[in-house]
Order: sequence, then structure tokens, then C-alpha cells
Amino acid sequence: METTTREFKRCVVVEASGRIDSATAPELAAVFDELTEEGKCNLVFDMGGVDFISSAGLRVLINTQKTCQRLNRGRLVLANVPGPIYEAFDLAGFVALFDFYDGQVEAVGSF
Amino acid sequence: MSQEQTRVFPARYESLTAIDQFIVDAAERAGFAYCTVYQVQLAVDEACSNIIEHAYGGEDRGIIECTHRIQGGDLTIVLRDYGQPFDPAAVPEPNINADLEERAEGGLGLYLIYQIMDEVTFDFDSQAGNVLTLVKRKEDIC
Repeated sequence: METTTREFKRCVVVEASGRIDSATAPELAAVFDELTEEGKCNLVFDMGGVDFISSAGLRVLINTQKTCQRLNRGRLVLANVPGPIYEAFDLAGFVALFDFYDGQVEAVGSF
Repeated sequence: MSQEQTRVFPARYESLTAIDQFIVDAAERAGFAYCTVYQVQLAVDEACSNIIEHAYGGEDRGIIECTHRIQGGDLTIVLRDYGQPFDPAAVPEPNINADLEERAEGGLGLYLIYQIMDEVTFDFDSQAGNVLTLVKRKEDIC
């Protein structure tokens, strides 16, 4: 897995590519933790390059969403989620917990 | 006619990528649709992660023996480990309708395995090891 982070005026975009599994989920958690600890809680996670995400990765997203929404500090939204991954979000009952956007521009524009 | 292949992987998280490739090859050879291949990948990744984390209690404490068998269009995957047995019935089912703050950390992997696979069988034997058998039928369209 590789990640890149870009800061916009109203939000931060995290792009990831590759596999997010038990081996790599801690790296993703570290990226989000660093941002939220700096008070950056309006976050876009662009999953366009993600090939695979297991429940270890889903837990990172849930924990980040909890941190962001606590005290109404912000929210984590998802962009470019590949079809099979969206299906997995649905199976896990995660669809109601995130806003999904077809493109990064729309996601950034939601803030 | 059936085709069967077995490989042994060290029980560590880095092995998940190689196990995944082994499973993708089989699921594609079985003629599964793209989205079904992904679901099988997810179920097997969850099962292997659970073996490392729970059966062995950490990385590099044993092996995962992985067998896939294609028969009549169905794909059977057998995962064997020599760690601690567990009672799948004792793992509480996650509430997938709970509010954000009430979402629990555990149990999601096992829940996904049961949701995705058509047959899920656990066998525990002190000699033969713990054997998890997963079956996915080809006619399933996700």
C-alpha cells in the first residue's frame, strides 16, 4: 500500500493504492491518526487505486470516522470506491456510516 | 474432474499477499465473475488474518496450509493451522445496523466469511490441526 496526502483549504485528501490488509492497515491508521491529532478532521479518502481492503482496513476507517465526528470536529468521506469494495462495505453495514462520492472533486467540494 | 493444489505459507501478515494471489488464480480458473473473485479473496484474507491473530496469537508461530479444489465449477478452499482451536459460536455477531459510536471492533471478519461463502465448516483436531473448509458455488452472482 502507498499513500499520498494533499491539503486543501477546507479538507485533506488521502489517496491510497494497493492492498489494505492486516499487514498494511497500521500504516493507514498512522496517516489518519497524525492528521486528526493535528486537528485535521475534514478528510477525503480517495480509494480509486485501492485493490483490496479487509476488515482490518475497515476498522481504521471506522475509528477515524469516530474520531472525526466526535465533538463535531469533522467527517471522513470516501471517493472513487471501486465496485467490489463498495459491495464489501455494504456487507459490513458500513454504507450508512460514510458519504460516498464518485469523484475526488465532488468529495472535496462537499466541505 | 477436479483440480487440486496445496501450498504452505508462514503464518505472518506479509504472507497475505501471496495467499491472495494463490486464491485469485484458482477463482479465476474456476471461471468466477470479477466481483465474486473479490468476495472470495476477502473471505480467505479474513480467515487467514484470524488464524495468525487468534489461533497462533501473533505472527511467525506456525504455518497456514492452503488447498484449493475446483470441482464442477465450485471452488473449495481448505485452510489448516496448528494453533489454538476456538468456538466460532462463541464469537458474537456484530450489529451491522448499530450507530457509529456503538460499532464494535471484533467479529467482523468471521461475519464476512459467513456472509460470502456458501459453506463454512470448522474442524478441530489436536493431531490433524484446525481445518476450515470454505465453499463458493459458481452460480452465485454477487
